[in-house]
This record gives sequence, structure tokens and C-alpha cells, in this order.
Amino acid sequence: MALLQISEPGEATAPHQHRLAVGIDLGTTNSLVATVKSGEAITLADKDGQHLLPSVVQYQQDNIVVGSAAKQVAASDPHNTISSVKRFMGRGFEDIKSELHGYEFIETESVPRIRTVAGDVSAVEVSSQILANLKQRAEESLADELQGVVITVPAYFDDAQRQATKDAAKLAGLKVLRLLNEPTAAAVAYGLDTGSEGVHAIYDLGGGTFDISILRLNRGVFEVLSTAGDSALGGDDMDHAIATWMAAEAGVDMDDAYLSRRMLNEARRAKEALTNADSVELNIELSDGKAWQGSIDSHQFNQLVDGLIKKTLLPCKRALRDAGISIEEVNDVVMVGGSTRVPRVREKVAEFFAKPPLVDIDPDKVVAIGAAIQADTLVGNKPDDEMLLLDVNPLSLGIETMGGLVEKVIPRNTTIPVARAQEFTTFKDGQTAMAVHVLQGERELVDDCRSLARFELRDIPPMVAGAARILVTFQVDADGLLEVTAKEQTSGVEASVQVKPSYGLEDNEIERMLKENFEHAKEDVEARKLREQQVEADRVLEAINAALAEDADALLNDEERATIISSLEALQQARDNDSAAKIKYAIDVADKTTADFAAKRMDASINKALSGHTLDEFE
Amino acid sequence: MDRNHFELFALPVSFEIDASSLSERYQDLQRSTHPDRFTNATDREKRLSMQQASMINEAYQALKDPLKRAQYLLSLHGVDVKADSNTVMDTTFLMQQMELREALDDIMDASDPLAALEVFVADIESRVKDLVSQLQSLFKQSTDDSLKQAEALSLQLQFLYRLREEAEDREEALL
Repeated sequence: MALLQISEPGEATAPHQHRLAVGIDLGTTNSLVATVKSGEAITLADKDGQHLLPSVVQYQQDNIVVGSAAKQVAASDPHNTISSVKRFMGRGFEDIKSELHGYEFIETESVPRIRTVAGDVSAVEVSSQILANLKQRAEESLADELQGVVITVPAYFDDAQRQATKDAAKLAGLKVLRLLNEPTAAAVAYGLDTGSEGVHAIYDLGGGTFDISILRLNRGVFEVLSTAGDSALGGDDMDHAIATWMAAEAGVDMDDAYLSRRMLNEARRAKEALTNADSVELNIELSDGKAWQGSIDSHQFNQLVDGLIKKTLLPCKRALRDAGISIEEVNDVVMVGGSTRVPRVREKVAEFFAKPPLVDIDPDKVVAIGAAIQADTLVGNKPDDEMLLLDVNPLSLGIETMGGLVEKVIPRNTTIPVARAQEFTTFKDGQTAMAVHVLQGERELVDDCRSLARFELRDIPPMVAGAARILVTFQVDADGLLEVTAKEQTSGVEASVQVKPSYGLEDNEIERMLKENFEHAKEDVEARKLREQQVEADRVLEAINAALAEDADALLNDEERATIISSLEALQQARDNDSAAKIKYAIDVADKTTADFAAKRMDASINKALSGHTLDEFE
Repeated sequence: MDRNHFELFALPVSFEIDASSLSERYQDLQRSTHPDRFTNATDREKRLSMQQASMINEAYQALKDPLKRAQYLLSLHGVDVKADSNTVMDTTFLMQQMELREALDDIMDASDPLAALEVFVADIESRVKDLVSQLQSLFKQSTDDSLKQAEALSLQLQFLYRLREEAEDREEALL
């Protein structure tokens, strides 16, 4: 067996090998992948030199096409070519019914699916195709295996949408280091670039989502003060507004999926052209084969989109209010997202914030660049880095109480991670079960909020009404994902759920899809599992060895140290010789053996953080 | 490890607080406990880091805001301020409370409700400021009597917070 190397105390562990990590901007219209190479964050191009990957997937009978090639056939094969799929992530059948999308959605027990010639596909699967394409691009162009990714999501994404994004990454075989809010990512790219401390407003208008974040940059810490937005508002809506206007002008309706797609394409072209021109000629082939010709000028265009732009300014006001920041205190406004190229958007934002917004960074790339910088830090390539991101939860989280009302447990714009507990009691004599219904949103009525999950706490000992003391704890992690536990305190009966959104995929569904993917790729599932456990074992060995090198002398006696080392030896042996299950067991043992050590280290690091500050310096 | 929130930030137990020290120490603590620092650690360390970072966030929120800080200080003295039902409110304040509420309702019929709301919120802000400075001196005295008064004032402060929130909600509804 290989001997374990334990470094001398005080000596650094072996220098890290550079680990390959990327940031992915999974956008409504386009997606991008970026990485930090020789200290510089860059976006990666495909074989044809294109950086932007259109977020379009075409399902053929026995082939899947992603990107530009799919985008080109969108008008000729609208039912099997899926674009703007981000709008459907984490959404239920009812949510998307009213949307103008032209797909045939199938209602299923879990998530809605889109009917294609290759079978019915969920939004998570479509997104995973885009992610897999970018994964392949990164691994090919950097000739290395990916160790982890940071995927960006709109700050205003709710729990279901975040979970769906994480599921898509899992399906694509990616290890998610963190879900990062898009405006925060932009702030990282922008703030590190300019080194400007102070309060920044990030106005992010993408193809299908709008976010506003107010954050303060101070000593390398990006502290998000507040965020607001609309997860179904973006450049797509401008296209729809123009297309609807064109249809009225041409005297046709948009029922025909083919015509509707042509209209939307023409609308988008016109919108983009109006960035640099005052007027644009329009040309559409109608369903009867005849052509319609017209034109649109910027005055008409502004009229069509002003209502949409106004809808972005209300969240700006709310975000400022929640942050406790006045417009004068905002040092600068950073524009992010392709839709901020529209001159009318810039004009209205400048008017609102009473200062010209910053438009000198590429609004398409800045989010991916920021994600790459964060990924590089998280994967461990910059151990001494001072950068820290403190983000918030975008929407209030609560629980249903009597009368269909929502009791807020964690209000919006609370810094994450956060844990909060609230006590509830039984309502009837002898009540032995309690239904916990978890909701997200700002309104008071259950019906007006998004239902995240339901679960039951059973086996409560029978008591008179109001005697049971049920403690419900909400824990939101650094990805913004929620876990809820309920415990009856007099008896200790406990129940918990990792909130699996009501509109999410079940774990076993994901397992099944993963398995199908492997079969498709002719990969051996067992070999894959073994490889995963070996990677995990290596990670654990490295982490514990590094911890021992740093703190063993100060925090452990000889006996404790010997116990830990022997568990590491057992883990190393399992990793080199055994099955996935045995490696997993050895990891669990090593984890248990180091429990006290981990707690002592955490305590020591808290003390260290405040070393030098003593109470008497204030007295 | 059982530290109260003030001890966690190595600050004296006091209503008066040095905001810049608080935020600086908060950042230092997050730098060493935040889950982003533990992405390569064992699952147990990840869990611990999430719990610690959550606790530090909570403590920071409790000290940063004057109302929460007053409530927390009172709780350290064994007073639970949130159980507001059994506290006798001073009648002058009850009168004032009714007047303010009526004023807010009347605003919605004003000719320029947005401007009127702005004036209203500014008035609430100045009342908040006044209560906070009174609380400051009461907590400094820290006698049984002054703590009782502090309890009453923090209830008043809580009322003003709610009223301000309501005014802001109405403003949003008007936009």
C-alpha cells in the first residue's frame, strides 16, 4: 500500500495542480462558457471561433442538434426545435399554458414535457443538452477534465427554477460548485476589473429574465444588499410586442407556428437593427405564400416597448428601498444582458438613476467571465484569495397557517446562508399529524404564492390543542436552495425534506435519465460510479491531510491524531483496491472520525478572524 | 461554544454600536466561515461552515438594526419583547398611533398622494430617530426602571417600522 504523506506542520502541502473549472452562463437566448487561463478570465470559442452558443436545441429522430445549426432550422421545424427553454425551467403546466411559445406541452405527473419527434422532453433535459455541449467545448479546447462548474441563474429565480438548473447540470455530468446569481457574477467581473469600491446597481435585462441587484464592494467582499426582478420579462417580450404589432398591421393572426416563428425572427432582426438605425424595412412571407412589406421606426418601436421597460423600473425602486440606499448613493449603474443594447432601455435607466449607465463592458460576456473567476476561486486555484460573495435570497419563504395565510419565516433579501426557526402548534385536541406546506413569494395568501413543497410530521403524541410545540426550521444554503425540517419538541418526533419543488423532477427520474444517457454513450454505469467515488476519496484525503498539516499540532493529542491517520490509511486502501460501496463506507468512517477535529478547526478559525480585537479596546 | 452576539463580534454589550467595526468584523468572520471557503472540504466541514455562516449572518442582522438590537438586548435581560399582547401601552402613544394611522389612510385621497406619502415617511423617520436616541440613554442607565421604559419604547419603534412598511407598500401600489 502506498504510504500516506503527512507534511511537516507549518509546511504547506504539495502545491496544487491547476484544476480546470469553468463558469457557464446558461442564458435564455445564448449561452457561454468561460475559464481562467494564466490568471486571465476568457470566454471559450467553438471550432468555428464562435463564443456565443445559441440556446436552441433541435430534436431529430435519432440525433440532437445544439446551437447555431438548430437556430437556423427553428423556422422550418418549429415543433422540434426548442429555444428560450430557460423560461420553462422549474415551471408547471399551468404556468406556461398562457405563454406564447408554439410548442405542444404534455401534462405529466411531475414536470410538463414538450412533444418532439424524438419523444417528450422536459425543460431540464433540453437545458442539459446545452450544458453538455459547453462541457464538451471546454474539455476539448482545454484538453483536460472539468473538476467543477459555476452556473449562473437570474437572481430572481425561485427555488424550483434553481433546483431545475442544478438537475440539468447533474444530467449533463457536471459537478456544480455553486449556483451564482447573474448580476453578482457581473459585479465580480466588473468590480475586479475596475477595483471600484462603493455601491453598484447591476441592471440585467436578458432575453427572458430581468434582475436588478444593489451591492456594495468593500475590501474584496461583494455584499449584495438587495435584489429584485421578474423572471419572465426580457428581450423576447419586445420581440413578441413587435410581432403582434406586425400581425395587426398585416391583418393576419399568429396561430400558425411557422408564421409565428418567422414573425418573431423578423421582429428580433428589426429590434437589433434599430440600435443603429432610425427606421427598418420589414418583410414577411405569409401563410398563403404572399409577402407582406412594411417598416417600423424608432418612435413606433419605443411606443411598443416603453411599457416593458417601465416594468423593470418598479423592481429598481423596490431594490433600492430594500437596500436602504438612495439613488444619490449609487456610485454607478452597470448594464448587463443583450437587451440593454436597446437605446431606449439605456435612456430610461439613465433617467431613473440620474446618471449615464456604464455600457463599456460586453454585456453578453460579463456574466460568464464573473462565473469563471468565482469557479477558479471555489475549485481551489487561489487559496489566498480575499474575494468573497455574500448573496441574498430573492423571495420570501414561508409556511401555510390557518385560513390559507402565509407566515413568513425568512423575508426576501436576507443574506444567505441563513437558518431560521419558528414554532407552531396543533389546532385540534389529540391531533397527531401536521401538514407542512412551504411557500415562496411576497403575498399574504397561499394561492398567490408559489408552492414549493408539502410534507407531513406524523406520530405527534396526542395532546390538547395548542400544547404541542412544533419547531419548523428553514435552512437556505449558499446556492439559495431550501431545506425544511420539522420537529415536535416535547416528543422529539422529526421530519425533514430537502425541498423538492412541486414542479421538479423526482430523484429517481434523474437517476433513470442518467442511466439512459450512459447507455446512449455506451458508458459502463458501474465503472462510472467507481470513478466518482475514487475522485471523492481523493478529495476527502486531500482535504483532511491539508487540515492535519495546518492544525493537528495545535488541536489534536497523539491518540486523536493516530485515530484519524488510521482512518485515512483505510480510506486510501479502499480507494486503491475496492468497490464503490466500500470506498463510500471508508469515506463515511473518515468523516465521522474527523468530526471533533472539524468542529475545533471551525472554532479556531472564528477566534483567529477576530484575533487582535479585544473588548477592552472599546472601553 | 456559547457566545452572545456581541461576544461573537468582540464588541461590548451596549445599544450604542460602532457600525464600521461591526461590518468589518462581520466580513472577517464570513471570510473564515463562508461555504465558499469550504468547497473542497469534507461534507462535515461543509455542513459546519453553512451552520456557522448562517449563525453569523443572523447575529449580524440582530445587531445592525436598532429595533432588532434593542429587542436582542432586552432578551439578554430576560425580556421577550415580541409578546406584545400583555404590555400596557402608554395612552398618549396609543392616541398618536391612531392619529398616524388615520393620517396614512387620508393620504390615499390626497390630490398628490405620492408627495404626501413622502412627507409622511419623512415624519416617521424623524420619530424613529428620536426613539432610537431615547433608547440609547435608557440602555446606558440599565436600571430596572429604565429597561422597563426601553421595553415600551421598543414596542413603539416596532409600530413605527410597521407603519413605514405599510406606507412604502402603498407607494408601490401607486406606481
